[in-house]
Amino acid sequence: MSDTVSRRTVMKGAGATLGAAAFAHAMAPLTEWSKDLSVGEFLQKHYKELTRDEMGRILVHLKEETKRKYGRDVDIRDLPPQEGVSFGYALNLSVCIGCRKCSEACHQENNHDRRTGNSYIRVLEMQQGSLDLEHGNANYDHPVPAEGKYYLPVQCHQCDNAPCVKVCPVQATWKEADGVVVVDYNWCIGCRYCEAACPYHARRFNWAKPEIPAEEINPDQGYLSNRIRPQGVVEKCTFCLHRTRAGRLPACLEACPTGARVFGNLLDPKSPIRWVLENKRVFVLKEELGTRPRFFYFFDK
Amino acid sequence: MMRPALAALLLAVVGCGKDQPARFQPPPGAPTGRETLLQPAKLTSVESDRKDALGRPLRVSCESCHSLRETKPMPSRPEELKEFHQGLQFRHGELACTSCHQAEAPRTLHLATGEPLPMTEVVTLCAQCHGPQYRDFKAGAHGGMTGYWDLSRGDRTRNNCVSCHDPHTPKYAGGHPVMPPRDPSAHGEPGTKESRDHE
Repeated sequence: MSDTVSRRTVMKGAGATLGAAAFAHAMAPLTEWSKDLSVGEFLQKHYKELTRDEMGRILVHLKEETKRKYGRDVDIRDLPPQEGVSFGYALNLSVCIGCRKCSEACHQENNHDRRTGNSYIRVLEMQQGSLDLEHGNANYDHPVPAEGKYYLPVQCHQCDNAPCVKVCPVQATWKEADGVVVVDYNWCIGCRYCEAACPYHARRFNWAKPEIPAEEINPDQGYLSNRIRPQGVVEKCTFCLHRTRAGRLPACLEACPTGARVFGNLLDPKSPIRWVLENKRVFVLKEELGTRPRFFYFFDK
Repeated sequence: MMRPALAALLLAVVGCGKDQPARFQPPPGAPTGRETLLQPAKLTSVESDRKDALGRPLRVSCESCHSLRETKPMPSRPEELKEFHQGLQFRHGELACTSCHQAEAPRTLHLATGEPLPMTEVVTLCAQCHGPQYRDFKAGAHGGMTGYWDLSRGDRTRNNCVSCHDPHTPKYAGGHPVMPPRDPSAHGEPGTKESRDHE
């Protein structure tokens, strides 16, 4: 009985061989991805499901990767939202002169690609008396402020009813407890639906691996904010959460030479942001879309 | 007798820890940070025509000259100045030098009531005429700042009036913007060739 090979055994063997071949074929893309993508990274869970230990290991890996790819020792942290804090931002259009110092500070703080000169902030040169964003010009290069113009810096409005969050097919972008809309760059599949959905053109796509000289890299980094983004993912302003969740002011506010920017905790009645909302005539962009931004604009008069 | 008490204490401590939301940082404690007002160099010095290695104008302390000789009484118009200060631009309404400076002691200021005021108290001086700006400044909504929005975690430095405004020509000068428009061949910006290739 032991010498006879039953039909059943042959079929089992053939099935196993076919199954193994099919499995190998199905897994073939993995062998190609392994150059850029480690198995650990491929199997990484969604940000919201990660334990502290798992995040710790990912951060170690990301630091090593930055050292390998960019030649710089950096500190990447994962600062959680502060309890009792809900961020708000306001901008005084009466004093903004369009010098783009905020864009430059954003570019440097957030480790943007040097070749494309990327920044999360676009400063639009606007016709006085008009709020037509379609006619705002972001490519001006003459002394500012120019006659008859005013300047409208636009960045992510961290909408409470965010279209970008709704359209993400894999939930790689979401709103945090302190109001900041974030992207898990390790989870993003680069479909750019969010970029298309944003009515403020506040999201950017990494067409190529960002180029940054090692000495220009900002080593103070956050997992959800300014760590150097991989190619093929979408990124956005996070109100500098690696700074603001540690209590510091955003980089664009500190860089503003005219003091046009006001930042703070909306839940604190004594904060400057609350004073602006209660005492100035405040408006938001494209209010009719119902996005409910937490980025506000105001004029002095 | 002691053991159950110890166990209860341990339980209480461990249990307490579990009630804390793990994802949140500890709530801010009592404020430890301070808000300081920037004291720009221009309150105690003036620009010379020399530049330092970084191309910034070298500043000369007021005391360099004024400790060596008596200050002359202040003229009413800046055009009447004969030395050093004569290049001063002056576009600040119809004010005379002596509207703000003390005639006999030009390195100090005086309030509208005549009461003397040290140069470093310039915010108080400006506030006399610029009420709305001073109101906004006090509320943290006028003038830039650096440091911490959350004073329980660190200090903050507020700009002084003269950090941004030249008191003699207070209108903000403006200038050429930084971050010039990117090369149209660089990718990323909508409407450029490279981004169209990808679409």
